[in-house]
Amino acid sequence: MNLPVVPNVKPTEMQLFIAFVIKEFRHVFRDPKTLLLLFGMPIAQILLFGFALTNEIKNSEIVVCDYANDEASRKIIERLNASTNFEIKKANLTHDEIESAFKKGGVKLAIVFPANFYNDLVHLQSAQIQIITDASDPNTANTLANYAENIIMASRLELFKGVQPPLQIQTQVRMLYNPELKGVYNFVPGVMALVLLLVCVLMTSVSIVREKETGTMEVLLVSPFNPIMVVLSKAVPYFLLSIINLTAILVLSTAVMDMPINGSIGLLYLASALLILTALALGLLISNVTDSQQTAMLLSLMGMLLPAIMFTGFMFPIENMPLPLQIVSNIVPSKWYYIVVKSVMIKGIGIAGVWKELLILAGMAAVLLTITIRNFKIRLA
Amino acid sequence: MSILVHLLKKEFRQIFRNTTILRLIIAMPIVQLVVLPLAADYEIKNINISVVDHDRSAYSRELVSKIQASGYFKLNDYGNSFDKSFNEFQKDRSDLILEIPLHFEKTLHRENTASLLIAVNAINGTKAAVGSAYLSRIIADYNANIRSNWVPEPSMSTVPAIETTTLHWFNPMLNYPVFMVPGILVLLVTMVGVYMCSLNIVKEKEVGTIEQINVSPVKKSQFLLAKLIPFWVIGIVVFTLGLFGVARLVYGIVSVGSLLLLYSYLGIYLVALLGVGLLISTYSNTQQQAMSLAFFSMMIFILMSGLFTSIDSMPEWAQWVAKINPVTYFIDVVRLVVLKGSGFSDIVPHFVITLLMAGLFNGWALLNYRKTN
Repeated sequence: MNLPVVPNVKPTEMQLFIAFVIKEFRHVFRDPKTLLLLFGMPIAQILLFGFALTNEIKNSEIVVCDYANDEASRKIIERLNASTNFEIKKANLTHDEIESAFKKGGVKLAIVFPANFYNDLVHLQSAQIQIITDASDPNTANTLANYAENIIMASRLELFKGVQPPLQIQTQVRMLYNPELKGVYNFVPGVMALVLLLVCVLMTSVSIVREKETGTMEVLLVSPFNPIMVVLSKAVPYFLLSIINLTAILVLSTAVMDMPINGSIGLLYLASALLILTALALGLLISNVTDSQQTAMLLSLMGMLLPAIMFTGFMFPIENMPLPLQIVSNIVPSKWYYIVVKSVMIKGIGIAGVWKELLILAGMAAVLLTITIRNFKIRLA
Repeated sequence: MSILVHLLKKEFRQIFRNTTILRLIIAMPIVQLVVLPLAADYEIKNINISVVDHDRSAYSRELVSKIQASGYFKLNDYGNSFDKSFNEFQKDRSDLILEIPLHFEKTLHRENTASLLIAVNAINGTKAAVGSAYLSRIIADYNANIRSNWVPEPSMSTVPAIETTTLHWFNPMLNYPVFMVPGILVLLVTMVGVYMCSLNIVKEKEVGTIEQINVSPVKKSQFLLAKLIPFWVIGIVVFTLGLFGVARLVYGIVSVGSLLLLYSYLGIYLVALLGVGLLISTYSNTQQQAMSLAFFSMMIFILMSGLFTSIDSMPEWAQWVAKINPVTYFIDVVRLVVLKGSGFSDIVPHFVITLLMAGLFNGWALLNYRKTN
């Protein structure tokens, strides 16, 4: 009996690479708990944060200290109560009770009307109102004081409706892109950037180091396989999974949260692919330079979570930061992605308006990948 | 009791042996606590404005210089083509366009009224609302100036003025770091606790050393307690370093309220928090699973804690999520005690809820931890 002749053909690089990618996919699919988290997390987070987060300050509890109790003060209180920003918790407090209300927490602002408020207004042509804020939270304090002042100014015009002042300049304000001032327009792109970046970094950052810890890295390195391919094959499954995640996020945000996609979807995917690549490269780099999963996770979780939240730009305006921090914000990839997503989804801007940001993301991905590959050690210990 | 002492010796030895991790969990929070509060400035200022001036009159120029002098606005461009300014607007280089129509000055005098157009980029709704309110107020001021120049006698035909004075209590200068440093410190301590604790037991599962513990006479509660205590100590150390090393030395924040009160709350909070970590580790088999779960909970802990966005503004179901978030209570307590000097009677509810959480999470972890696979 003749044995079949086994041709002595070496598999091509490409075939080897595909074999390795299949191995990595198996690793991922074999762990259904992680897989579930990988898909469930971004979806749950987009839904939760998309609905819950807003920069607007609504339903703030306020207290009123009304020594006047006349027509004008009642009118203003009524208007404050009607606004969605405020909820009057207690009316007619005395001045001393304000401090204890603040110390219990909950109450954010107090408004004090002096006695004879309306009288002064009519006869002296002017009267004072005192606004007291709980400035232990300065953001809220400042914003609420502004809201209150605007309401008071509007009530003043309403109180003296009959009077037509001379030389009146009127202003017409148009809110562009988001006429209803919805919070999702700001937060959905921000959370998208945050989730895509962090999930990708997190997942890849443990990939290489896990094989180091369990000892299988040794086996891979002594194989005739190009070590660079070992690194790259780790990124492929997570790249594909992230694209699927992105699709789920986009479907949810348009179907459930009424986000528009005014620009090209292709452009959105291109930008996302670039962000994902950058994140994967960063994760591989972390995985490369650490020697235990714990260290890798601490670096990617502790080191990146808060900086990513703050420097993406959806929470705090970057132009408010001190100059050195503005410069630091430039190395955060999600910042550039956030700009692109806002421009493409909401403003409907084409590639001509965002090519610079895309180029920066592509550059980051290229630099990080190069460093990772250069740094990859083919000998352990 | 002596079993617990031995287990604790083992845990502490393991922690101190890995100097890389020890350095990371001390250095990363400190560096972030120094840098990040500076970035957390919410105040709307430096609003970039484009002015399209079709009028080019003395009035329009005066208005523009008044806007520039206000300190809130930076003039990005000044011209007479709306398209050109709109282009700047689209590229995010300006946030606001003010359009002054042709014959603005003449119309104002001839018809006794004239209007201005403001277009605002409203993607960030708050910034849009606050920015346009500032601008409207500057315009109203400017309007009053013109009026007093032309109508010298304040006749009965003017609307009486209401003057508002605003007092900012507890933080009169509206100093942002004072508010952010304690909050960010809470987040950092929380992260150290949850991450370290959730990864620790799982690591023993992955490496296989947990089998040796499981076949020994060590009780479940002793094992969990031995895992909890070291990270409790580390949490206290990190918090102390942050409070005295960074908050006091770098930012000059000194607690108004009692430190004893603050530390008693911290002690209970850490037990509750580490309970979350233990719970995560009893539900995971690999460090990757534990980390994904820890990351997921941490994102929710941080973003739903009321530090960055207000809880009152959330829909009601989301407010409930914030209410079962332990971080919400600690951020509240830190602010109340450190900034406002509240006493024990003010924060009794916080103590009670956190104690309940500590019992719940640790009890659940204890029930869920199995010595057999």
